[in-house]
Amino acid sequence: MIKFILNDLNISTDLPPTTVLLDFIRKETMFTGTKEGCREGDCGACTILLGELIKGTVKYKSVNSCLMPLGDANGKHVVTVEGFNQKDLSPVQAAMVDEGGIQCGFCTPGFVVSMTGYFLNNSNLNSYDAIESLGGNICRCTGYAGIKRAANDSISIFENGKSDDRNHLENLISLKFIPNYFQDIKKRLEKISVDDRSIDKKSSVVISGGTDLYVQRWESIVRGKGNLISQDKKLTGISQTGKQINIGSATTIEELKSSKLLQKYFPQWNSYLSLFGSLPIRNRATIGGNIVNASPIGDMVNIFLALNSTVHLKDGKKKRSILLKNFYKGYKSLDKKKNEIVEKISFQIPSKNSFFNFEKISKRTYLDIASVNSSIYIELKSEKIKAIHIATGGVAPIPLYLNNTCNYLRNKSIDAETIKNAAAISADEISPISDARGSAEYKRLLLHQLFCAHFIKLFPQLVDPEKLL
Amino acid sequence: MRNVDSTRHVRGESLFVDDIVSPQGTLYGYVFYSSIAHGKILNLDFEEALLVEGVKGIISAKDIPGENQIGGIVQDENLFAEDTVHFIGHPIAVVVAETFLQAHDAAKKIKCVFEKLPAVFDPREAAAKGELIIPPRIFELGNINKAWKKCDYIIEGTAENGGQEHLYLETQGSLAFPIEGGGIKIISSTQGPTTVQRTAARVLDLPMHKVEVDVTRLGGGFGGKEDQATAWAVMASLAALKLNKPVKIILPRQEDIRITGKRHPYSSDFKIGLTKEGKILAYEVTFYQNAGAAADLSPAILDRTLFHCTNSYFIPNVKATAISCKTNLTPFTAFRGFGGPQGMFVIESAIYKAANQLGIDPSEIQKKNLLKERNEFPYGQKVLNCNVGKCFAGVEEKYRPKELIERIKKFNSKNKLVKKGAAIMPVTFGISFTTTFLNQASALIHIYTDGSVGISTAAIEMGQGVNEKLRMIAANELSINIDRIHIESTNTSRVSNSSATAASKGTDLNGFAVIDACKILNDRLKKVAADELKLNKTSRIDIKDEIIFYKNNKTELSFTKLVSIAYRKRISLTAQAHHSTPNIYFDTKINKGKPFAYHSYGVAVVEVTLDCLRGIYEVDSVKVVHDFGDTINKTIDLGQAEGGIVQGIGWMTMEELKWNSEGKLLTDALSTYKIPDIHAVPKEMKIHFLENASNPFGPNNSKAIGEPPLMYGIGVYFALMNAMHAFRPNLELKFDSPLTPEKVLLTLYNTPKHQEKG
Repeated sequence: MIKFILNDLNISTDLPPTTVLLDFIRKETMFTGTKEGCREGDCGACTILLGELIKGTVKYKSVNSCLMPLGDANGKHVVTVEGFNQKDLSPVQAAMVDEGGIQCGFCTPGFVVSMTGYFLNNSNLNSYDAIESLGGNICRCTGYAGIKRAANDSISIFENGKSDDRNHLENLISLKFIPNYFQDIKKRLEKISVDDRSIDKKSSVVISGGTDLYVQRWESIVRGKGNLISQDKKLTGISQTGKQINIGSATTIEELKSSKLLQKYFPQWNSYLSLFGSLPIRNRATIGGNIVNASPIGDMVNIFLALNSTVHLKDGKKKRSILLKNFYKGYKSLDKKKNEIVEKISFQIPSKNSFFNFEKISKRTYLDIASVNSSIYIELKSEKIKAIHIATGGVAPIPLYLNNTCNYLRNKSIDAETIKNAAAISADEISPISDARGSAEYKRLLLHQLFCAHFIKLFPQLVDPEKLL
Repeated sequence: MRNVDSTRHVRGESLFVDDIVSPQGTLYGYVFYSSIAHGKILNLDFEEALLVEGVKGIISAKDIPGENQIGGIVQDENLFAEDTVHFIGHPIAVVVAETFLQAHDAAKKIKCVFEKLPAVFDPREAAAKGELIIPPRIFELGNINKAWKKCDYIIEGTAENGGQEHLYLETQGSLAFPIEGGGIKIISSTQGPTTVQRTAARVLDLPMHKVEVDVTRLGGGFGGKEDQATAWAVMASLAALKLNKPVKIILPRQEDIRITGKRHPYSSDFKIGLTKEGKILAYEVTFYQNAGAAADLSPAILDRTLFHCTNSYFIPNVKATAISCKTNLTPFTAFRGFGGPQGMFVIESAIYKAANQLGIDPSEIQKKNLLKERNEFPYGQKVLNCNVGKCFAGVEEKYRPKELIERIKKFNSKNKLVKKGAAIMPVTFGISFTTTFLNQASALIHIYTDGSVGISTAAIEMGQGVNEKLRMIAANELSINIDRIHIESTNTSRVSNSSATAASKGTDLNGFAVIDACKILNDRLKKVAADELKLNKTSRIDIKDEIIFYKNNKTELSFTKLVSIAYRKRISLTAQAHHSTPNIYFDTKINKGKPFAYHSYGVAVVEVTLDCLRGIYEVDSVKVVHDFGDTINKTIDLGQAEGGIVQGIGWMTMEELKWNSEGKLLTDALSTYKIPDIHAVPKEMKIHFLENASNPFGPNNSKAIGEPPLMYGIGVYFALMNAMHAFRPNLELKFDSPLTPEKVLLTLYNTPKHQEKG
């Protein structure tokens, strides 16, 4: 039995846990405000909030309900656009109407949910973050101008954009951002006894965030039970032991993005990861999923390759480890046995005199899959390259570690001539194909540009772009 | 006053086709379509598919009782392919089952054997083979042959335009159910309910009065549901009548993108002649329109390309030829701008190339040749109430483009890898259906005994705010509180023989019809009032804010009281009015006339920043002065402008339709076909409403707004060209939209660095 709260209603259902949450909401409960726009997490019309009891408080995150298994709602609070309705419009709803943030109305519920979600999650409010939280919602009518105005209007309700952190929920209720019933959700969630008997732990269909699996083959997944692992607390978390950083495979990209630990070692970390999917996707997608998905263009894999990471696998009690760069055997083919699952990934913290950069180019900067991406890690000693790892995606059947290029660069000093030679070597390591994301010729050129961009960005004093390009 | 429709949307309470509570026993349809671009169907076997659990039937051409024909302008399109398929996505059958998944599974089990035939995807190749939808169309003004001799400069070139997927957030869909007497009721997401009704009647062999089409609203249309909503509605109806059950067809996103039509790609040749001062004397252009596998609306779209081939400029000598080419791609269709944007892109390309040759900024040529009062368009109409010059002056005064260009020059001299560019984009857009007879609409207004008012018109609400504008027009005309007024669904049983809501004409046509119907009601109410006040004339009676005045003095009579009296006096509280746009005509034999009621004008200035290392870019600003007439609703009009601009930018930049060599669309999902997101839009958009712009030809002196702003997006293309030019002064001038990061980078780095300009 799957039990959760949907808006103000208690729900119990015997439907398979792999059922698409969107279908449950629309067909079983008739809350049709949540729309189906694409079924691949690319439009946000189906956005809902998922509230989870964490350390005594309910934390909400926006999620694409078209890619979420019903089973993962177990013990949680699911909020659709109808869940914010009160007698009068909420400030977010009113601002959307008054500022012309709405035309055809089909994307509107998703925007209202994402925007209200922003206010639920943040007591320190600003325009930039509010708009960032709408990155997973596509509107074809308004050009977003009215939507941006609505976000700003809603923020301006708070003095100096701040709400009292301790009474934030009460503030939101008194300002009518959310209805009164939100007050009792915490107590109600505490009372739900969650059982996970509907989950088939032996199923070969292992579903983590589901953000790619449900895109690829939801039609077949919904018929089986599936092993939902994203709720497995043993598989989540980011920690440091000595000089090693460990990341559990069910850690979401958003958890990774907002990790203070990683931000400490990589100052640009947040902006790199903002290029991954959208907030609702990052709220569900996991690092383990990104690794086993084996997409040659995966962004996280790319970064972890350049950090020379190790993948830790387990099958029951049997465990083994393998370097990420040796994990990929061919297109979508892994050095992984059928019953093995990825437990965690680990890498060494960057050394003192090290540099890191991530570049990603796609047709649209945000919420798009790269044409080519590339990461680099460089450690210098006496102005020479001591250690180097370069990864690139979109130019080979697998996420590619540029072995020869790294070998060439090791023990060299950085100058235009060396970079040029290295770029030529990298060109021999790749085998791009033409597809929807670009011609082979473009991807070749693009990798060359990104390769140069790494050095131009990291070592502006050593590399003259004029000589490189 | 809050927009009623928006208020429902924001609460998730508005109902789209797929949200309506389905009647008991509703079945779901899934369209089975061709997987090859051109070929013969040798064998079609449903046997195994019919055995799938829940499958109730598979409907194909042989089940059609009437004609297997859905073509509008040209009768060249089957509902279901019979023996030949003409594009990937060509519907062959519809599988009907208890659930969507069952229908989807069964479709995979259909065995269809094809014999491949040669396929053509390139419009020029189709033209060379004589594969044309209609004979070429030619518009001429002056004498082009004599004019070339007077030109100091003659510049030639080609321009390529990509198509554009509508990507309305709500995919195509319909719900049809049998009604008594062998009829059918269809709930459809269509811009053209009469088109659906007429076509369903034809295919089902029913009189039109047995087909009722009802539309509450659309989750976006943009032209994509003008003609192409019809097939799904007719398929659902056919299946519903055959199986005697309600049938719903909602296209999944990927199928919608694969099967349905889009904006037409064009390939064009231009030749432009100018004096050394930059005066354009002659312009010759040939448009090869990629029409796809059937005519659809292509001939009308082709005409609008010709109507707008000189955009906002007066060119005394013009020869414009347009050729609609039949290819093995999905039939392309209406999309906001309706061929106009393609026409404008080519003249702007020609001006850009000419300016480069003359060594001046394109804006100098643009300004020097702007339309003036009484100038003649190539189609014979004279320019009246010309506001494009005022908009240009407004842009110069408010946004100071000359200073911007200077600032950009400085920026570019200081920055090596990042360059900025700017462009000005004037727009002149003719308002009316160019097919004259379509310029008609009607309104049916009921005043109920409680004083509430229900209005039915031919207008379809698809986000453009027509319902709210019609409410405002009616409230103003009847002088009553807007809360009394409800706009009903658009229904063929209430409003007949309607034109599609298209050509930016929804508010104009239906607004005038509403005004006329309100006038009839006002006259009747005033007569009742005169009677009640024991007067023999109505001339000094007025209704203001629900109070009846006599000689400007309040009387005891209120609107509701008057309504109640009228009812008891057996006076009709229902009025119907029909409106047709006066004084428009077009002679398609000589291609001259006055096809437009008026023109819409505006000018934009655009600024972009280009990362020349990575080939990616940002639009810094789009600043506009636009002629809205006297706006009826500023929030709605502003939204139309902002949304149109962003859609135009998408078309010019990231929205790329890519087919493989077999004619299969590669960018067939939101993960590969990218439209602007909240980060990709201009960082700044300023829309200034031109003052003193009352339009005598629009309801309450307003102007149409739906399509014109889209074309400001074209400015982004040329601003990017400028930025690329700044990085590579010897840039080869190719005009090939969309200007994706891929094309930018390949162009920048395939251009030799140090070669001298020449």
